[in-house]
Amino acid sequence: MGEDVRNVVILGSGPAGLTAAIYTARADLRPLVVEGEPSSTSDQPGGQLMLTTDVENFPGFPEGVLGPQLMTDMRAQAERFGADMRTAKAVSVDLSSTPIGIWFAGEEASGPSVRTRSLIIATGARSLMLGLPNEARLLGYGVSTCATCDGFFFRDRPIAVVGGGDSALEEALFLTKFGRSVTVIHRRKELRASKIMQDRAFRNEKIDFRWDSVVTDVLGGDRLEGIVLEEVNTGETTTLAVEGLFVAIGHVPNTDLFVGQLELDPAGYLVTRDGTKTAVPGVFACGDVQDHTYRQAITAAGSGCMAAIDAERYLADLESHEALAAETAV
Amino acid sequence: MADNITHVSDETFDEQVALSELPVLVDFWAEWCGPCKVIAPVLEEIAGDKAGKLKVVKLNVDENPRTAQRFQVMSIPTLLLFKGGKAQSRIVGARPKGQILAEVEPHLSAR
Repeated sequence: MGEDVRNVVILGSGPAGLTAAIYTARADLRPLVVEGEPSSTSDQPGGQLMLTTDVENFPGFPEGVLGPQLMTDMRAQAERFGADMRTAKAVSVDLSSTPIGIWFAGEEASGPSVRTRSLIIATGARSLMLGLPNEARLLGYGVSTCATCDGFFFRDRPIAVVGGGDSALEEALFLTKFGRSVTVIHRRKELRASKIMQDRAFRNEKIDFRWDSVVTDVLGGDRLEGIVLEEVNTGETTTLAVEGLFVAIGHVPNTDLFVGQLELDPAGYLVTRDGTKTAVPGVFACGDVQDHTYRQAITAAGSGCMAAIDAERYLADLESHEALAAETAV
Repeated sequence: MADNITHVSDETFDEQVALSELPVLVDFWAEWCGPCKVIAPVLEEIAGDKAGKLKVVKLNVDENPRTAQRFQVMSIPTLLLFKGGKAQSRIVGARPKGQILAEVEPHLSAR
């Protein structure tokens, strides 16, 4: 309701959102974190790391750390300093009003669910699926959005992974622990993934590659039995018998909420200038929602810290202006 | 773990779920599954809200693969709603509380 006006609301609870929460909470701003709703895609509380296993490149963990564990710890750290966590999904924002209005799912009919003087957008990015009709039908019956959750069910079975980046190879390597074979399907002749991941994948005997190929159909009655591949140069189609299918073909930013209110780049990412500022005063963006270049947990966390400091300074300026206005009015 | 949720195993499944007089919502989960962790508090809330009308139990698929296989669970979290010993409804993947309730409530008696 209208009475609830916050200093800072943070949309999103991945590394960017939770780092912003830790910093703004420590600055006594009592942030409200709208952490999202449970789902089995990367668009969920905790973000993309909830679907990973070992995170080996986050500094401070010489032996690596499990993605869900890292996020659970970041959340606990934010709560320790007084951040309010709300398991809800923001479905609408009004950035033109002062304070800014935010509506949560199921509360669209009335006034804003919460209003805030400043907003930190850390809604991240979600994984793309292939978009084939049979893919959706067989989700949970061989088609999976989460290799770490479901790899276990494919012991000694043939598996396919679609994609050529680090995420695809990470999933493929993880799945070799379970599957009889893992076929990586990539639409080009070369991988996008980092050298270290490529080396690991090429060295692994269970992994083989289908280059220059795309998936055009997903086959099976009540469970996945195979996929149809098209060789992009020749147009030739073949069927590959697999019982598990994992897709890691990239991400799209979660910016639907801001269309028409904030500047987006041609790929749909939020545009920030001078740190984490958007064109709307008091609205800041951090993490993958505004970054299609680096997209790492550590860069997201770093930009979350920047957004927190930017928001803190904005609020301090706002307060001193209000104090000055009050003085001159007397 | 809250008192409202019981853990069942391959051995106790039939007694706890199939023979239950109340409808039973079974959460197939595992330690390594991030989304399973995210819905755990949601299920505890549902168990509390629906106490006396619905029993909520958890089955660890890692320790109890036979039951998972028996019900063709190939993705976790999977929620199965049993009534009169039969699986009536299936939810694959983590969902918000409202969506889980919408799936479960039609199977509960008004009392």
